[in-house]
Amino acid sequence: MILNTLKKASLAALATGVLSFTASAGEVEVLHWWTSGGEAKSVAVLKQLLEKDGHTWKDFAVAGGGGESAMTVLKSRVVSGKPPTAAQIKGPSIQEWGDEGVVANLDSVANAAGWDELLPKVVSDVMKYDGNYVAVPVNVHRVNWMWVNPEVFEKAGAKIPSTWDGFVEAAEKIKAAGFIPVAHGGQAWQDSTTFESLALAIGGSQFYNDAFVKLDPKALNSPTMVKVFEALRTVKKYTDKDAPGRDWNLATAMVIQGKAAMQFMGDWAKGEFTAAGKKPGTDYICMAFPGTRGKFTFNIDSFVMFDVGGGDAKKAQDAMARTIMEPKFQEIFNLNKGSIPARLNMPRDKFDICAHQSMDEFVGSSKTGDLVPSMAHGMSTFAAVQGAIYDTVTAFYNSDMSAQEAAQKLVSAVQSSM
Amino acid sequence: MDTTTSSRAIPQKSLADHFEDWLPKLVISPTFLAAIFFVYGYIIWTAWLSLTKSRMLPKYDIEGFFQYGKLWTNDRWLVALTNLGIYGTLFIGICLGIGLLIAILLDQRIRAEGALRTIYLYPMALSFIVTGTAWKWILNPGLGLEKLVREMGFENFTFGWLTDSDMAIYTVVIAGVWQSAGFVIALFLSGLRGVDDSIIKAAQVDGASLPRIYWSIIIPSLRPVFFSTLMILGHIAIKSFDLIMALTGGGPGYATDVPATFMYTYTFTRNQIGFGSASAMVMLGGVLAIVIPYLYSELRKPR
Repeated sequence: MILNTLKKASLAALATGVLSFTASAGEVEVLHWWTSGGEAKSVAVLKQLLEKDGHTWKDFAVAGGGGESAMTVLKSRVVSGKPPTAAQIKGPSIQEWGDEGVVANLDSVANAAGWDELLPKVVSDVMKYDGNYVAVPVNVHRVNWMWVNPEVFEKAGAKIPSTWDGFVEAAEKIKAAGFIPVAHGGQAWQDSTTFESLALAIGGSQFYNDAFVKLDPKALNSPTMVKVFEALRTVKKYTDKDAPGRDWNLATAMVIQGKAAMQFMGDWAKGEFTAAGKKPGTDYICMAFPGTRGKFTFNIDSFVMFDVGGGDAKKAQDAMARTIMEPKFQEIFNLNKGSIPARLNMPRDKFDICAHQSMDEFVGSSKTGDLVPSMAHGMSTFAAVQGAIYDTVTAFYNSDMSAQEAAQKLVSAVQSSM
Repeated sequence: MDTTTSSRAIPQKSLADHFEDWLPKLVISPTFLAAIFFVYGYIIWTAWLSLTKSRMLPKYDIEGFFQYGKLWTNDRWLVALTNLGIYGTLFIGICLGIGLLIAILLDQRIRAEGALRTIYLYPMALSFIVTGTAWKWILNPGLGLEKLVREMGFENFTFGWLTDSDMAIYTVVIAGVWQSAGFVIALFLSGLRGVDDSIIKAAQVDGASLPRIYWSIIIPSLRPVFFSTLMILGHIAIKSFDLIMALTGGGPGYATDVPATFMYTYTFTRNQIGFGSASAMVMLGGVLAIVIPYLYSELRKPR
């Protein structure tokens, strides 16, 4: 073992010292936390495509929830001066890493492939630091979905709602019929997922951006925000009392089993329906969150590329960036993961109707200004601010605090976290 | 033949002597150095970071105590401290109470004492994660106790502490006590066994009643056991992390947050290393407040 490493090390020294100009393929080391079933399969695709080009793939998977452990590992690697080639980082965090001065410039790859035309501006802005591409998007998740079990609606004699008022009416009927109207898991991120969809439905895209992107105190503590909080309490009325602490996939299972009528969750929930052998359109229905049709809260996973110097390592890195944006990878990856490609104008015949709907609204909303970053999934603010909003929302949800008080607390929490 | 062996034996012996002298130091030194570096070194590092504006990555420009100031205006930190107060007091109090009571009962030369002792001590063999997960299921209104009692015919029985923001912290106490009480029983039992029989007999001769003997003689003589138990339980309470993560995940909302989970959340998930470090230093202060008086009382004795 040690002998082997020694051999490798001396060989590498030889290679860099003497033969550095002969080799054309390098190694990419990729930090990610896609370790579960469908996700791992998606990453394997990227590995195969790169190996076909002659590059070596060094997997650097750190399992664990929302990537907290992976981020801790990444920080120590960057601090010690040995960053990996690429790491799974998304949203405004890309800017934080940019500020540290450790990211690579991908403009040559981006210009050659015309990324500016392939990505909506809202998306490419996220991928750039200081005007230069430093990250590559792999997928687009839509967060403002509603997953519906039509059978439960039928049994309760309720109509599947497309507006907020329609929701209340339907939920009453479902509750009266003895079903749980909304399957919810009482965890901070799930509370906030519902909360941001309500903000989009009640306040509209302009209000949403003012509140969660610009963090404007006038929007955060406004009559509209009070209404949003009140609506959140209304939603809570239609959840069951065992909800606190429940994982999102168990809530999805309640919809699948017909115990609950609907769930508000991003499109990763589709994987649970697919795994249970359910068909979209018949066994379950995917719809925009009531009142958010034509609007789109996005959650985009991306790889940030780190500065690895020049030579083979950089070549391999460029190859990885190029491969990720190619239609072939975007298609296979997203079919596995339940999301849609970040790249526009792709062949779409292999995707299901939920994905089609998502693609249509993604393009549509990017033109009308209704394409907004998801606050609950860390796309609109830094982690510290997101955490402050989480705390306020979840404290409101789990107590009898008044909506006015919650809106006031929201402002002070956001400001003290900045 | 004889001379060669003896002449060889002399340097051998002195070498072995040397070796024997050095061996303990040699064996201990790596651990010692590691402890200095990884424990005290990192305490100093954390203290430093708590004075900086560190966010995602550590920064080393000292900015003063403003992170501590921010800490005391943070709602969630106050909830975490209150929870630690409730949890710590109840956990330690109930563990001591139950531990002493059962230890005294077990001490009455009863049958199958060994088996009973094992049963009480057994939860200690589980990790807090297992305890937390098991109690999460037991206390879940839709799965565990509440459902069971209702199915037995008591339709109106409710026990929803786990999902009630105001009561959830008490479920942590229940699970914590269940886990640790056995250990406390074992400690007290060994303490009781160490009490000199002749003192008790002398008291009996003097005509003291049994409760009186326990109250005035045996329990006061358990003072050192009380101290070490208090110390161990205090530690467990302040650093509780895994039990809360498994049982409530800090929820509902952040109703069962404690300083340890608070520190983890801010340092590792919210890119606020400086702020998280400040909370870690306050926790260290809490531990020291328990350890220093204890050390003082222990170290004073021999003199």
